[in-house]
Amino acid sequence: MSAIKPKHQRLVLLVVALIALVGAGLLAAFALRNQASYFYVPSELVAKPPEQGRAVRLGGMVEKGSIRTRPDGVTIDFTVGDGKARVPVRFTGITPDLFVEGSGVVAEGRMEGQTFVADNLLAKHDEKYVPREMKDMSAQQVKQVVAETK
Amino acid sequence: MIAEIGLAVLWMAAALAVLQLVAGVLALKPRGANLIDVVRPVAVMQGVLVLIAFACLVSLFLTTDLSVKLVAENSHSAKPFIFKLAGTWGNHEGSMLLWVTIMAVAGGIVALIEKRLREDTLIATLAGQAFVSLGFYAFLLLSSNPFERLPEPAPEGAGLNPLLQDVGLAFHPPTLYVGYVGLSIAFSFAIGALVTRDVGPAFARAMRPWVLGAWIFLTLGITAGSYWAYYTLGWGGWWFWDPVENASLMPWLAATALLHSASVLASRNALRAWTVMLGVIAFSMSMVGTFLVRSGILTSVHAFAVDPERGSFILALLAIYIGGALTLFGVRASTVTEGSRFSFVSREAALVFNNVMLCGILGIVLVGTLYPLLTEAMGVKVSVGPPYFNPVSAIFAIPMLLVLAVGPLLRWRQDRLNRITMPVAIAAVLAAAVLLGVEVLAPQIKVLPLLGLAVAVGVAYASFLPLRGRNLHRTPLPIWGMVIAHFGIAVALFGMASESAFSTERLAAMNPGDSQQVGPYTLTLKNIAPVAGPNWTALEATVAASYAGGEPAILHPQARTFSNPPGNRTESALKTRWNGQLYAVLGEEGEDGRWQMRFWWKPFVPLIWLGGLLVALGGLLALLGRVASDIRRLVATDKIAYRRQRQGR
Repeated sequence: MSAIKPKHQRLVLLVVALIALVGAGLLAAFALRNQASYFYVPSELVAKPPEQGRAVRLGGMVEKGSIRTRPDGVTIDFTVGDGKARVPVRFTGITPDLFVEGSGVVAEGRMEGQTFVADNLLAKHDEKYVPREMKDMSAQQVKQVVAETK
Repeated sequence: MIAEIGLAVLWMAAALAVLQLVAGVLALKPRGANLIDVVRPVAVMQGVLVLIAFACLVSLFLTTDLSVKLVAENSHSAKPFIFKLAGTWGNHEGSMLLWVTIMAVAGGIVALIEKRLREDTLIATLAGQAFVSLGFYAFLLLSSNPFERLPEPAPEGAGLNPLLQDVGLAFHPPTLYVGYVGLSIAFSFAIGALVTRDVGPAFARAMRPWVLGAWIFLTLGITAGSYWAYYTLGWGGWWFWDPVENASLMPWLAATALLHSASVLASRNALRAWTVMLGVIAFSMSMVGTFLVRSGILTSVHAFAVDPERGSFILALLAIYIGGALTLFGVRASTVTEGSRFSFVSREAALVFNNVMLCGILGIVLVGTLYPLLTEAMGVKVSVGPPYFNPVSAIFAIPMLLVLAVGPLLRWRQDRLNRITMPVAIAAVLAAAVLLGVEVLAPQIKVLPLLGLAVAVGVAYASFLPLRGRNLHRTPLPIWGMVIAHFGIAVALFGMASESAFSTERLAAMNPGDSQQVGPYTLTLKNIAPVAGPNWTALEATVAASYAGGEPAILHPQARTFSNPPGNRTESALKTRWNGQLYAVLGEEGEDGRWQMRFWWKPFVPLIWLGGLLVALGGLLALLGRVASDIRRLVATDKIAYRRQRQGR
C-alpha cells in the first residue's frame, strides 16, 4: 500500500476522528435514553409507575415503625413515604450506618409487582454528605415530611 | 506567626507569577529581548516560595494550631500523626494549595533543567504556566485562603471525616494531583509551541517526560483510589462509575492518548496538530475533574465544601483557559505544518486508531458524567451507572485492545500485514480457546466478562511479541516499558472480567459458632468483641476462614465508631490468595441477637490493582529510559563542544 498525499492524509485523519467522535456521541445519547435511571419520589412512583424491572431510584423518608426484619436476619421490609404516598420496599443486605426510621433514604432498584426491590440504599451520611437527590428535599420538604409522618 | 509567613510568601509567589507572565510575554517581542534572562530564575524562585508556603501549612497542621480556621475545622489534637499530615490536603483550601504548589514546583523544574527546546518556546511555555497558575493563586488568595485566622482560637478541632482517616489519604490525593498538574505542564508546552509556531519533534521530546510522569502518577492515583474505595466502603466493588471516579479517569484517558501521539511526533514527526490538541484536552479534563469534584455540584466525600461561589470560580477559570487555548489552537492550527506521512498499515496508523478510540471512550464517559447535571438543570433527576458505562465504553475499548495487540508489531511508516500473520494468529487462537473454554465450563457467563477474559489472554500473549528476535539485554528501556504496561492492561482486564463473572457472595445472620460457605471457603463466626483504637472504638468479629477444608485463617472485620467527629465506618477484612480474595464485612446485630455478616469470594480480583501497578511500572521504565538517553545526549554534546573548543585553540 502506498503512502497517500500529505494533504489528503490530514483530511482522512480528520474525517476518521470526526466520524468516531460523532459516533461516540450518538451512541452515548442513544444509550443514555435507555440506561439512565430516573429518580422518583413515592407520589410520582405511585401515580406513574415505571415499567417493571427498569432500574430507577426512589427517594423519600423511611416511615416510622415500618422496618421489619425477615426470619433470615438480612432481608428487611420498610415503607418509604413523602407525605402523599407510600411505597413498600424490600432490601437484602447490610443497611448503611445512618439508615434509621424517620430519616431520608435513596433506594436504587426496580419495581417488582407492587414492591420496590432495592439493590442498594444510600442514607444520609452526615451533614456534609447528602445524596444529591435529597438535597433539595432536606431544605424544604424533609422537615415537613418528617413532621407529617410522625 | 507561621500562618502570616505562609500567607505573605504565597502573595509574593503570586506576584512573581505575574512577573513571570509579563516578562515572558515582553521577552518574546524583539524590544524585550533583554528580559529573556529574567524568566527562568523567576520561575524557579516562585516554585521555592510556594514550597515554603506549603511547608508552613503542613507545620500548622502538625502542631494543630487551632487559631487557624482551616486547622480548627479539619483537624484534631488527638489524631494520629499520619492523619495530621495528610489532613493538610484532606480539605478544600489545603488541597488547592497543594495544587498550586505542585504546579509552581513543576514550572520551576522545567525552568531549571529544560535545555533542548528553542529558548523562545521555553519562555512562552513558562509564561503560559504562569498564566495558568495565576488563576489558581487568585482562587486561593481571594476565595479560599488556607491561612485565615479565627478571632478566638478554637478549644478543640472538629476532626477529619472518618471515611478519610485512612492511609489512603496520605497517598491517593497527592499522587492524583501530581498527575493532574503534570498535565498542566504539557498544556503549557502546547501553548508555548503554538505561540512560537514551533510544533515539532523537539517540542514533543521536551513534553514527553512530563506527560509520562503525569500519566504514571494518574495511573497510581486511580489504582490506589480504586483499592481504597474497595476495602473501605465495605461494598465489595472496585469501580462505581461515580462522577468523582470518572473525573480521574478522563484525564487518564486523554493522557494515554497524548502519551502515544507525543511518541509518534517525537520519533516520526507526524501527528503535530493532533498532539497539540490532545495536550489541550488532557489538561481540560484535569480542570473539568477539579470542577466536578471541588465545586460541590456533586456530593460525595470528595466535595469538601458546597459553596456555589467556588464552583463559579473554577468554572470561570475553566472557560478562560480552555476557551483561550482552543481559540489559540483555532487561529494557529493552520500554521502547524503537516508532518511525515504514513500508510494505513503502519505503527502510526495503529496509534492513530487507538488515539481515536481512547477519545471515543473519553467522550462516552464525559457525556455520561455530565448528563445527570444537564437533565437536573431541566428539572429531571437521573443517575447514570454501569448499565450505560460498561457496554457503551466496551464498544470502543475492545477494538482498541485488539489493535493494541497488533500495533506494536508493525513497522513505522509502512508495513505489510502478512509479515505478522503468524504471531497474531497464535494470539487470536489463544483468545478463541479461552472464549470457548469459558463458555463451555461456565455457560451462564455474560457477554462482556467473557469477551474481557478472552481479549485479556490474547493481549497478554501479544504484549510480549515486540521482544521476539531481540537481544533482551540490549532492548531499550522504553520498549520494556511498553511491553510491561501493555501486559499490565491485560492483567487488569483479566481481574476485572474474572471479578464480575465469578464473584460469589453470601449474606447471612449468624450466631457465634455458625458456619457459612462462600466459594471455596468455609467461614465460622467465633465471637464478637469490643476493641479500641486511638480515636475510635469498634466491634470486632473473629472469623475462621478455611480454604477448601484446609487450616483456617483468622479474619477480623470491624464496625468502627469514631469520636472526633462522630461517625461510623465498616472495616472490612481481606484474605488474599494467589487466585483471589476473600472479603468479609461485619454488619449490625439483629433483634434476635444474630449478627449480619457479608462475605465475598472474588477470584483473581487483586489482578486489577496488580495490573494498574504494572502499567505504572511500564511508564516508569519508559521514563527512566528517556531521561537516561537525554542525559547521555547532553553529556555527548558537551564533550563535542569541549573538543571543538580545544581544537579551535
